[in-house]
Amino acid sequence: MSTLLSVADVHIAYGKVEAVRGVSLEVGANEIVTIIGANGAGKTTLLNAIMGVLPLRGRTSFAGTDMAPSDIEDRVATGLSLVPEHRELFGTMNVEDNLELGAFRIAKAVAAQSLERVYALFPRLKERRKQLAGTLSGGEQQMLAMGRALMGAPKLLMLDEPSLGLAPIIVADIFRTVGELRAAGVSVLLVEQNAQAALQIADRAYVMELGEFVLQGSAKDIASNTRVAASYLGFQHEGESAI
Amino acid sequence: MNTTIMLFLLQDGITNGAVYALLGLALVLVFAVTRVILIPQGEFVTYGALSYAMLATGQVPGTVKLAVAMGVVAFGLDLFFARKALHARLVLRSVALNIVFPVALLALTYALVGRNTPIAINIALALLIVAAIGLFLYRIAFQPIAHTSVLVLLIASVGCHLALQGLGLVFFGAEGLRGPALSNAAVSAGPLRFTGQSLAVYGLTVAFIVALWLFFGYTKTGKALRATAVNRLGARLVGIRTTLSGQIAFLLASVIGAISGILIVPITTLYYDTGFLIGLKGFIAAIIGGLVSYPLTAVAAILVGIVEAFSSFYASNFKEVIVFFLIIPVLVLRSLAAPAVEEEKD
Amino acid sequence: MSQRLPLIIFTLAMAVIPLIPGIPPFWIVLLDNIGLAALVAMGLVLLTGVGGLTSFGQAAFCGFGAYTTAVLTTAYGVSPWLTLPASLLVSGIAAVLLGIVTVRLSGHYLPLGTIAWGIGLFYLFSKLEFLGRNDGISGIPPLSIGSFRMLSPDTIYYAIWIAVLVSALLTMNLLDSRTGRAIRALRRGHVAAEAFGVQTPRAKLLVFIYAAVLAGLSGWLYAHFQRAANPTPFGAQAGIEYLFIAVVGGAGYVWGAVLGAGIVVVLKEVLQSYLPYIFGGQSQLETIVFGIMLVLLLQLAPAGVWPWLMSRLPFKPARKTPDTSLKLEHPARASGTSPVLLHIEKARKQFGGVIAVNDVSFDVNAREIVALIGPNGAGKSTTFNLITGVLTATSGKIAVLGKEVENAPPQEVVKLGVSRTFQHVKLVPDMTVLENVAIGAHLRGSSGAISSMLRLDRTDEARLLAEAARQIERVGLSDQIDQLAGSLSLGQQRIVEIARALCVDPQLLLLDEPAAGLRHMEKQRLAALLRQLRDGGMSVLLVEHDMGFVMDLADRIVVLDFGTKIAEGAPAAIKRNPDVIKAYLGAAA
Repeated sequence: MSTLLSVADVHIAYGKVEAVRGVSLEVGANEIVTIIGANGAGKTTLLNAIMGVLPLRGRTSFAGTDMAPSDIEDRVATGLSLVPEHRELFGTMNVEDNLELGAFRIAKAVAAQSLERVYALFPRLKERRKQLAGTLSGGEQQMLAMGRALMGAPKLLMLDEPSLGLAPIIVADIFRTVGELRAAGVSVLLVEQNAQAALQIADRAYVMELGEFVLQGSAKDIASNTRVAASYLGFQHEGESAI
Repeated sequence: MNTTIMLFLLQDGITNGAVYALLGLALVLVFAVTRVILIPQGEFVTYGALSYAMLATGQVPGTVKLAVAMGVVAFGLDLFFARKALHARLVLRSVALNIVFPVALLALTYALVGRNTPIAINIALALLIVAAIGLFLYRIAFQPIAHTSVLVLLIASVGCHLALQGLGLVFFGAEGLRGPALSNAAVSAGPLRFTGQSLAVYGLTVAFIVALWLFFGYTKTGKALRATAVNRLGARLVGIRTTLSGQIAFLLASVIGAISGILIVPITTLYYDTGFLIGLKGFIAAIIGGLVSYPLTAVAAILVGIVEAFSSFYASNFKEVIVFFLIIPVLVLRSLAAPAVEEEKD
Repeated sequence: MSQRLPLIIFTLAMAVIPLIPGIPPFWIVLLDNIGLAALVAMGLVLLTGVGGLTSFGQAAFCGFGAYTTAVLTTAYGVSPWLTLPASLLVSGIAAVLLGIVTVRLSGHYLPLGTIAWGIGLFYLFSKLEFLGRNDGISGIPPLSIGSFRMLSPDTIYYAIWIAVLVSALLTMNLLDSRTGRAIRALRRGHVAAEAFGVQTPRAKLLVFIYAAVLAGLSGWLYAHFQRAANPTPFGAQAGIEYLFIAVVGGAGYVWGAVLGAGIVVVLKEVLQSYLPYIFGGQSQLETIVFGIMLVLLLQLAPAGVWPWLMSRLPFKPARKTPDTSLKLEHPARASGTSPVLLHIEKARKQFGGVIAVNDVSFDVNAREIVALIGPNGAGKSTTFNLITGVLTATSGKIAVLGKEVENAPPQEVVKLGVSRTFQHVKLVPDMTVLENVAIGAHLRGSSGAISSMLRLDRTDEARLLAEAARQIERVGLSDQIDQLAGSLSLGQQRIVEIARALCVDPQLLLLDEPAAGLRHMEKQRLAALLRQLRDGGMSVLLVEHDMGFVMDLADRIVVLDFGTKIAEGAPAAIKRNPDVIKAYLGAAA
């Protein structure tokens, strides 16, 4: 399995405070990797820095090329895509315009095919295609944000808290779609509070605490780790104390 | 009331209003895309008009030298900000846009000036010069602070206005100038006489409004500009370069400003500082239009023109007072009509 | 005491400057101009930097101040000191009239509106016969005390700088008070402030008038300094310059106004006197260079010079530690006999054709935790907004303790003992946790703007801060009490919101997704706190998506779907309800 994204010894600081310290991570082709951890652990910061929204110190490469000199727009063009925590949709434009703009860097003919694929993945979006993005429900907005990112035909999709503020039934839908993406050849880097759901679909997982990775391994191993179970999954194994 | 006088005033008001409409549209465009309230819009008007007038009299306007100087600064900034990742393509593009383009303009101006060049060529030259200045102005003054608050951008905008107006005095002197008319044709309808010039004003205004509507509604670039206006981070995340959007917006605004100037300089004498007041009236129209609606801005601009025409006839002393206070009832109506919505600022 | 020391040193230094032998009189003139500009900029600091209301029209208020004294002293022979209250009054009245139409404007309309009336007033000054049109009014008498006439720049210097120092003190006192917190909350939107009883339109008008009166004071001093008044210094250019001064100094900092005035006035002077030597007398060069420097300065220090300077000083200002032994009395409220605390009957809300809340009815009893659950867009937050008065119901009845709310604004609903948190956290990020929480106790204090400025509010203020500190301790954030709210994690910010809501001493607490962003341990701690509040007699109505949290905590659950109530009952029953499973929980749960 070839490495798609490689991040080595990365530090990210807000002013003098280091929010992420010496983190290394890899995502391979056709792989779902999740980063779980408490609020404020630095997960969102890490994703934003990988995308180029925040500056970082350390080595990063994507599809074999060094990412340091490129900005957000260049990274999008090379097949890296981020669905941010706040979704950042174009609220006063309709669903179809949002999706079309997702393919801003893509040739028109290819974009038309992508549009069909996105509509197949999220039939709700097709029903609402003339509706303004800002008037969609939370779940639909999350679908649109993912759809818009997929329009750019990314090799790696980074999802930041896709389940935040959504009803359980919609969360299940979103996670099912994430699984389908892997089948379609898109790798996923998933940051999630809902550790249980994330560990169920992921291949590998990293556990982040206070800006550092404290554990990493296959999703199955992480899910059965007693410490993780106690602090993130909400149940305790017999005879073990929490943290 | 005398009907003929009323018709004359209406005609006068609509002609001026059409120009205000163009400027108002440009202001709305720039604000939506870059969040900059473009106070130097008035300078684009004077620079366009007076460059055209000077070219017509066979002189080289100082604006073309300014374009070269600003291009050099823009080039320097490009190099400085890309210093960590310089590659040939980037440098070449920057050289072409910031150095070759304005220098070619300068050479062309010197080559053509004083040779009785046709009006169309002079107009094209004046437009290109102001377009270059508009483009570089964004690169130099606003691109480095594009992420800051509307207030900071507004103050920077005022700074640009001061600098450009001062330069206007250096380039054009304190004396006013007039330019040759675009066409000397005239049509009469009843008591009214429509000059070719005023018909050109109407025609171009309508053409611009339609063109902008098509551009923003139906082209990929237009939609990308709108997307930048709605959500800058969202736009960057789909690969739209917001700096490019900003440059396009400033380019369009400077061209629109210059055209407005060229349209009115045959009708009225323009001074180096006239643009500011004209720009402000476009501004009032833009505010009435809520800084978002193009059609509303156009209608409001016509209204401003008509009110101005009537008040200059009946209370010429208080013309400006009336025009500037016109905004208050409109603002009150707007704020009463709009529901109390929460703004998320900073 | 150490807080006061720099101020005393500054005051002494300013007092001594004119007495230094051999000091060029021209420097004193510059200092006079700096003081005059600083007064106007100080008003802008409060208006723009703190309150978030940008005004380009302050120069016009200087004009009102200057012309009032000019007309009264020259045409009617009134003594200059008597015209001071008149000047301030005229500026204040002008501010009330313009403020009533202007401060209601939202977003960018406000600065643009001020540009428009600023220019309009300038033209008005220059056209009115009794103000001398473009020539203005000259021959204004100097200020005098007994036979001492302040004719020269170094005598009026003291009048100007006493005005500056007194205004700075009053302004700082105002900011550090109950009213000040309300003003500082304005910049982040009005919904949160109003939920705790702040009358936001009144607070906005207050700062607008305050800024105008300071400008009027500056205008009055200016008229007696120049002994003449004409329209030019009160035009659009000057209005822009004042705002520039505030931004350069650091909008939001009282001393930034003084520093900014110093920088800009000196810079302009230097440009005006030296540029012609360098460039050979070209006219308008100083405007060009001034404009360019303005752009450059903003690029280098967009937050202003004062905060940049302060962050480089080695010492930090001392923290206030509230004395938590001070008790705040419980607000007097009608204690109803009915066990039903909140009664909602067929509440309905339509937005255009969309029905967001469709004839929903339910009750919350005393000492009960009720959860409102349902898919996104089911109308949960809208229901919250109906209860708290942010939105008015299209039809239906909402009553608290038997008293019908009937379209009362949020400021009235909170008086009934209903307080809330928000789905999207609405704290003021550059205020400390303590100050943010103290906003919750707004209605339990009574000091107004004037008593705050004069420091007559200290006992009242100490009680409010003590109450805030107690609630912060209660939610377990004492360690963060002095941190800026914006520096906390989102989960902690939600907890701060709960502390703020508790400061109301509520009977009913409405929590919108309190557990979002919390980890498991923190959720358990929150649940324990809520249970403890219930056992202490409070009721809680909460919206939450975390089913584990809700099922464990709630006494009763109300389920909404598409604005309609589809189920109500105990957690165990809701879990098994087939309609709820179909609409919301899904097969997995």
